[in-house]
Amino acid sequence: MNRFWQTPSGMTRRHFMSHLAGSSAAYAASLSMGSSIYAHAEELKKKRRSAIMLWMGGGPATIDLWDLKPGAPTGGPFQPISTTGGMQICEHLPLMAQQMKHMSVVRSMSTREADHNRGRYYMHTGFVPNPNIEHPSYGAVISHELTSQRPELQIPPFVSIGGASTGPGFLGMAWAPFSVTSNGRIRNLEMNLDDSRLLQRMAALNLIEQGFTSRTRDLPAAEHAKVLRKTFDLMTSDQMKAFKVDEEPDEVKERYGTGGFGQGCLLARRLVEAGVPFIEVDLGGWDNHAGIHATLRDNKLPILDKAMSALIEDLDQRGLLQDTVVIWMGEFGRTPNINAQAGRDHFARAWSCVVGGADIKGGLAVGETSRDGSAVETEPFSSEDLMTTVIKGLGISTETTFTSKNGRPMKIAGGGKIIRELVG
Amino acid sequence: MSLALRIYLLVCSSFIVLEGAQGVLAVDAVPEQVARINDAIEQGWRDYEIRPAAEVDDALWCRRVYLDILGRIPTLDEMEAFLDTRGAQKRGKLVERLLYEDRYTEEYAGHWGTIWTNILIGRSGGTDRRSLTSRDGMQKYLRDSFAINKPYNQMVFELVTAEGATEPGTSNFNGAVNFLADKVNDEKAVLATSSTSRIFLGQQVQCTQCHNHPFNQWKQQKFWEFNSFFRQTRSLRRFVDGTRDIDHAELVNEDFAGEADDPADALVFYELRNGLTRVAYPVFTDGTEIGKSGYLSDSNRRTELGHLMMQSEFLDKMIVNRMWAHFLGLGFTKPIDDLGPHNPASHPDLLEDLGLELRKHSYDLKQLITWITLSRPYQLSAVLSEANEIDDPSMGEMPKFSRFYLRQMSAEQLYQSLVTATGAGAVGSYEEQQQQRREWMKQFVVAFGTDEGDEATTFNGSIPQALMLFNGDLTNNATSIKTGSFLDRLSKTGRSPRDRLTSLFRVAVARRPTRSEVNVATKLYSARSNNEKEMLQDIWWALLNSNEFIMQH
Repeated sequence: MNRFWQTPSGMTRRHFMSHLAGSSAAYAASLSMGSSIYAHAEELKKKRRSAIMLWMGGGPATIDLWDLKPGAPTGGPFQPISTTGGMQICEHLPLMAQQMKHMSVVRSMSTREADHNRGRYYMHTGFVPNPNIEHPSYGAVISHELTSQRPELQIPPFVSIGGASTGPGFLGMAWAPFSVTSNGRIRNLEMNLDDSRLLQRMAALNLIEQGFTSRTRDLPAAEHAKVLRKTFDLMTSDQMKAFKVDEEPDEVKERYGTGGFGQGCLLARRLVEAGVPFIEVDLGGWDNHAGIHATLRDNKLPILDKAMSALIEDLDQRGLLQDTVVIWMGEFGRTPNINAQAGRDHFARAWSCVVGGADIKGGLAVGETSRDGSAVETEPFSSEDLMTTVIKGLGISTETTFTSKNGRPMKIAGGGKIIRELVG
Repeated sequence: MSLALRIYLLVCSSFIVLEGAQGVLAVDAVPEQVARINDAIEQGWRDYEIRPAAEVDDALWCRRVYLDILGRIPTLDEMEAFLDTRGAQKRGKLVERLLYEDRYTEEYAGHWGTIWTNILIGRSGGTDRRSLTSRDGMQKYLRDSFAINKPYNQMVFELVTAEGATEPGTSNFNGAVNFLADKVNDEKAVLATSSTSRIFLGQQVQCTQCHNHPFNQWKQQKFWEFNSFFRQTRSLRRFVDGTRDIDHAELVNEDFAGEADDPADALVFYELRNGLTRVAYPVFTDGTEIGKSGYLSDSNRRTELGHLMMQSEFLDKMIVNRMWAHFLGLGFTKPIDDLGPHNPASHPDLLEDLGLELRKHSYDLKQLITWITLSRPYQLSAVLSEANEIDDPSMGEMPKFSRFYLRQMSAEQLYQSLVTATGAGAVGSYEEQQQQRREWMKQFVVAFGTDEGDEATTFNGSIPQALMLFNGDLTNNATSIKTGSFLDRLSKTGRSPRDRLTSLFRVAVARRPTRSEVNVATKLYSARSNNEKEMLQDIWWALLNSNEFIMQH
């Protein structure tokens, strides 16, 4: 224990970390990164799977985006256009139309949660809210399953950009979303302390932590130690340059759109390249109870169209799309009926999600809704089904089971059924 | 289990109860309500055949009440003054001091004003440029209310029925309007409906806006009936003279013509999921109807609502549940603001009893705080042991309050504690301090993109929080050794470095350092070339970053 009180000169910070690791068992796990792992990095990279969720907070009117009803009284003013896939989409998504060969629209989503909070929880976890248990979200589940593929990863495996996502539930704080703004700047990242002194402080902290954990016997304290370790890793990692989205050329930034969502999607691409298994990018403002069509046409759809199409195009060109699932969804859809304020209200009974990449087939429209969009006419799909399909598309076993804190076995993705048209 | 064993266990547990009654508090000084809480909670322990954790020592308990009542850790002076106090009623006296002494009034009001601002308008309420809500106005109203210990029912009545201007300094200022200022304008006052019923009555109706909810007793009809009470109310934008710049908003009541344009029969329409349209008039949750007229001269719907709410037993239960959860870490129900037959309480009789007691005591929240903080469950340590292993609500069990549930400080508590830990106290005017805290809070609050302004805080033990505590300005200030700083002043007190080290641990985590912690300090001392201040600085940094510091325990 004594030796890290002296500071060997001329060592890099990373070396200090392994130095500390040798002295302190609690930090050893994350810090002892043998060189053999680096030797296999190329091989591991080949099966690096990732997922990006584009979260549309507020509940997008999928009837105006992906499942148009031209001619129906509920149809609204937008016209369908043809795409590179086997389906038509909204005329105000012309760039996405070029990418639809990579993406499929599930038009027969039918869920029961039409409240924002409940819907957000349900679509993020595959479980309806239950006061006695907190379920892990897509990001926690997928990063939990995929992180073993990349032992070299030092930055958080679940990054949430520009929004809040949903927590890790019973998987614990170590799988919590790391929330950043779309410019990728991270507050308080800079250390204002020399290396040796920081290490000495960490050792003192570690001792205090261990004492508290053993006295209270409570889980959260042990979780905290893991988070401290990860924080420490991250402050010292070269991989953090993935967050420097500002370094991208101006024309690339322009192509994604210079607003928060565009830059967030660009950052998501950089993080996939850096090996982050799950990234969520948030685009809010879909809760359009009034004046919906002007909002969509002039604001939301252009932003979405640019950013999402640029993301898919880039992933494809870099050969990453074959290993990256992209999921687009919100908490529910919106009513076919256009209300007195020219808006649409919450509607969960018949709506669409969009998904593609990795082992998920693109270019398809799965399921159908009725002529006015008010009901699903083919087999309905739930949040569980969609999540299970994404899990399958990432090559994760759909038989994976977690054990919740109260000892209950929980099937991954709520034990949904695979949407067969999309995988396998 | 054999009958004999059962009886044996019963006898054992009643001994425990006796022990507890003789604890720190002299029986005659304890309000009768405390004994009733103890009885109800202890009965639960007997029923489950569990033994509670031991009581915490004075130092930990002192830290606990300062955090819960004033929203910050005690200073070294305050901690030492309490530890030096003698007498059986010392805990009761400290509670009394924190609640009633003038020098704490401002802090008490500030802490509870902040808590209630977050409850009523959220952590980001009033921060958006387009918002009609004045966060300052909301806070001022609440601070003033807590400073004079306004009866809770009166506060609720004012919040629900308020009229006037949002912004302090305007002629018609009434800070209470900020609760509804944004909520009534938005989409048929849906948000005013759901917030009012959830926050004050513990009745979650938001799901029933669109359909009958399968999991609770609320039907869609009830939502729109409750909603009808808010339809005479609007927020009006008031402009800066001669410009189009919005200066503030004013919450006003005006005649409501109804959606069929007949003020004498002012109905609202809503749509069933099958597309049929129904009508609703103001009817309270218990079925009480008021007149159908939309003319203010016939009935002021919000005032009527306020009166009806005052009669509701849910008003009592909701505030008791909220306050219990604040002090004990968990409420009698989870979530705390969802009361009803579909969500049974862990101690239904106690919840009801405390509700009635509070009503009998004119909704004096300081009394309720006294009852709870002096009760037995609030004295227990946070240690989970074999004797109460089943009392683990994180495993989905109903809480039995046989130990103090560990929980992280709120962001505001941590901020204020770190400010306390700098020893310099807060700098600048009240408004400047508010502004600094608000800036700091921003980094942890994220909004969801809905009209309802839903938000979450990422201040939850995750990496951004750890980064802030490792490297942030607050930590830098708190660990400063500049002349006049806390550590500088500390280094001039006490008898020995050991003594000063003990003080450091007392302030941060309310205990003495262990032998191995003293050892580490000794090593740090030599690593810092015998510079004691720098050693204290290292230890202080480690303490402030520890779970033991950021948790209420």
